[in-house]
Amino acid sequence: MTGDRLSALQVELEILRYNPETDTEPRFQRYSVPCKNEWCILDALNYLKDHLDPTLAFRWSCHMQVCGSCGMMINGEPKLACKAFVRDYTGVIRVEPLAHFPIERDLVSVADDFMDKLKRVKPYLIPAKKRSIEEGEYRQTPAQLTRYRKYSMCINCMLCYAACPEYGLTKSKFIGPAAITLAHRYNQDSRDDGRDERQEEIATNEGVWECTFVGACSDVCPKHVDPASALQQVKIASTVDWYLEHFMSWVKK
Amino acid sequence: MAKSNKPIIWGTFAAGGTLTAFMTPVLIVLTLLAATGHVPDMLGYENLHAFAAGWFGKLSIFIVIFLSLWGSAHRLRITFFDFGVRADTLVAIAVYTIAGLGSIATVVYLLRI
Repeated sequence: MTGDRLSALQVELEILRYNPETDTEPRFQRYSVPCKNEWCILDALNYLKDHLDPTLAFRWSCHMQVCGSCGMMINGEPKLACKAFVRDYTGVIRVEPLAHFPIERDLVSVADDFMDKLKRVKPYLIPAKKRSIEEGEYRQTPAQLTRYRKYSMCINCMLCYAACPEYGLTKSKFIGPAAITLAHRYNQDSRDDGRDERQEEIATNEGVWECTFVGACSDVCPKHVDPASALQQVKIASTVDWYLEHFMSWVKK
Repeated sequence: MAKSNKPIIWGTFAAGGTLTAFMTPVLIVLTLLAATGHVPDMLGYENLHAFAAGWFGKLSIFIVIFLSLWGSAHRLRITFFDFGVRADTLVAIAVYTIAGLGSIATVVYLLRI
């Protein structure tokens, strides 16, 4: 009974095309792509590039939802092209680069802003005291692992930035969901002692306080990281910090 | 970049939001009960007046009204913003003024009991 699975369907794609070197502004181009029923949008794009139009530019790598390269707007929603299946859509499917980011070319976004923000929040372990190799590994209990494990699943695909209205409204000033979530991931890690350094970046007006808890980041996250919950936890911790710093400065945070 | 002072406002917002999430449904049920004439004796006028006359009662009522007002004010402010009203300073002044006046009125009325 594989007839249905292998049946072909003709998919209409409306793809944003833009080459900053030659075009004054982006335009849409229609393609009719013969697809297999089980194909995802990324398969359709690859077929298109191989057989119909080799000039189309898009990023991809793993085709299995771990590399985070193929994020794009599919019918206006931020999705991984490898996780969106053609059979789930009807009519013309509109494919655009991620919202809120400049376009490098066609479906490729410029990721520099996000990369800068990642660097700013120091998403790596900052231990209080470095251990030598002779001292052995840093040990952690399963309970300590659970505190941050969910937030460590981020694949930096930037879908949450394309979904976040505040990131768009603030013209990219907001540090944003993924970077603050990663900061929180390391703050929650029992091996880490770098929270004070990260707070200088994320407890600011352009940091977590730009978030109004719309929650779109958690809706679109392909790895179920739930950035909105991380940001709410950062807000609570930063509020406690504020009261301690202003009224009980003798208490250690 | 300096750390933000938003926790002052957000603290009351978070506490107010949590409180109203629990209190509002209860208040609606009690209001409906009162409207249909089924007020339990414990919540009759005499008993509630006596409760509001004591310091513990005054303080509890003040905390509930104060936090609800400031929680709702901040919620309204960000709702305005999310709906595209970008006059944030004006909206902030308006909603916090109402919350402030409401808080003062609460104190005045409670002290008169």
